[in-house]
Amino acid sequence: MKVLRRAGVYFTVLPFCFFAAAPFLWMLITTFKQDRDLYRAQNNPFLFNDPPTLDNLRLLLFETNYLSFVRNSAVVGLLVVLITLAVALPAGYSLARLIGKWGERAGIGMFLVYLVPPTLLFIPMFRVVVALGLKDTIWSLVVVYPTISIPFATWLLMGFFKSIPPDLEEAAMVDGYSRLTAFFKVVMPLSISGIVAVIVFTFTLTLHEFIYALTFITSSTQRTLSVGVPIELVRGDVFYWQSLMAAAVLVAIPVGVVYSFFLNQLVAGLTMGAVRR
Amino acid sequence: MSPNPRFRYLTDRERVLGPLMLAPAVLYIIGLVGFPFLLSIAFSLSDVTVGDTSLDFVGLANFRSVIRTPEFRRGLVNTVFFTLAAQLIIIVLANILALALSQNFRGKWLARTLLILPWATPVALGTLGWLWLLDSKFSPFDWVLVQLALLGPDTLLGPSAHMNFLAREYLAMASVIGVQVWRLLPLATVILSAGLSSIDQELLDQAEVDGASFWRTLFQVKLPLIAPIMSISLLFSFVFIFTDLVVVFVLTRGGPVYYTMVLPVWAYFKGISGGSLAEGAAIALFLFPVLMAAAILILRTARRMEVA
Repeated sequence: MKVLRRAGVYFTVLPFCFFAAAPFLWMLITTFKQDRDLYRAQNNPFLFNDPPTLDNLRLLLFETNYLSFVRNSAVVGLLVVLITLAVALPAGYSLARLIGKWGERAGIGMFLVYLVPPTLLFIPMFRVVVALGLKDTIWSLVVVYPTISIPFATWLLMGFFKSIPPDLEEAAMVDGYSRLTAFFKVVMPLSISGIVAVIVFTFTLTLHEFIYALTFITSSTQRTLSVGVPIELVRGDVFYWQSLMAAAVLVAIPVGVVYSFFLNQLVAGLTMGAVRR
Repeated sequence: MSPNPRFRYLTDRERVLGPLMLAPAVLYIIGLVGFPFLLSIAFSLSDVTVGDTSLDFVGLANFRSVIRTPEFRRGLVNTVFFTLAAQLIIIVLANILALALSQNFRGKWLARTLLILPWATPVALGTLGWLWLLDSKFSPFDWVLVQLALLGPDTLLGPSAHMNFLAREYLAMASVIGVQVWRLLPLATVILSAGLSSIDQELLDQAEVDGASFWRTLFQVKLPLIAPIMSISLLFSFVFIFTDLVVVFVLTRGGPVYYTMVLPVWAYFKGISGGSLAEGAAIALFLFPVLMAAAILILRTARRMEVA
């Protein structure tokens, strides 16, 4: 029975792993192929019929602005995470503990902001970005992306803080802490997994975002990965397939490995923030 | 915290501290979501273009003119259809996968790393991978099908040696749905795993002691308990697919003809590429009532299930 159950788990999980990861294997093989190997339809596409080459990686890294895209995505991601935490941590706490009846409604309201997504706003937002003098720089994204992450982060952290027993802070306050000190010294250290969840979600969001980055930014060196790669490596009808695939794999594998380290924290954060509300 | 006694006094009063801590979030949202949203409504009622930026009131003229185009109608139908189809597949698969991952097994770490990969890749780049996988000339699917003698002259799938996935109406639609499932399955699985991990182990042990079968435990214990979080997961992937522009933009650009067009892409083509900001804003606004209705429905269901 136990053997059967274990076999069942493998039979279930393996096809999913294949579905999720096989495209990346395909990208990886493509990355190292020579043109004449890649573009011959009778070749077995899964093998190297000609010796593998590093030329496509060289093209990507040194003859395009790929490294700028990586840097821009990292800078935008990091700053948006910081802004989101700075705004959503106090807001979530305030909704969970300090603003009684109103908190509930404001929390739902916050969640509903999710229903006004970038797709709905990108046209007027472009005008706002121009008015703020941020057109064509990554700063436009740093300012605008938190509008997507703050509502979710506030909602999740509110749920998280509610699941922490209030007695803990009250005890600290009896000991002479102010409410703010109690928040920083008692509540925050207990909220690590919630904070990790917010960091991962926010960073992913900035990494994936496409429409704002496409609309606000026109100069190549200011682009993020999401928009820069498809625009720089697709010239007219010419697709630089090997370099395009390299661009995707070089992001996916490191980010995927880092995420899998934080997965337990992420699940724990969601469990406390979103399940046990 | 602060040496200033007056400040300390103020922040100790919770009726002051509460709103003070909430204010930055509220101001951010009002300034950069509320205001642009109003601006978007103003745009949709005006004749603003990229060239002529003055807002002259034209009533509902934009809505009338966009509704008349075939791209819009097909876009509306597709947006709803892609969302429902992908959503249905995702929720079934994510439940199966999350249940399997709640077991311990050797190699779980590797499996989880592989499974999270699509979510760790910017959607645009993942979709580019699929664009290459579904290429009209060099798709590996074509090659495999030809080797299996399923594709090519005198075979089941036709005389051509190529499937041409993205050039045929139904295959292109299926491809868009497939990519949506691929990119959102990891997120849905993570959310459902959180739900499953919160179930009291004692409850499951009790069910086992009572001799409940696997299916009975699943349908009468596990699924009802994770129903509220499942509705959150549904809401997220609903919003993500319904408002998504990237997959169609990269994979098909709405083609063949406009058979895979969705409203967000059509809004971009009209509003930004075509320069008619007013019409673009009007198209995008059509998403809002549906989003609103879906959210209310899902949140209500969630609440009812929590009470029950």
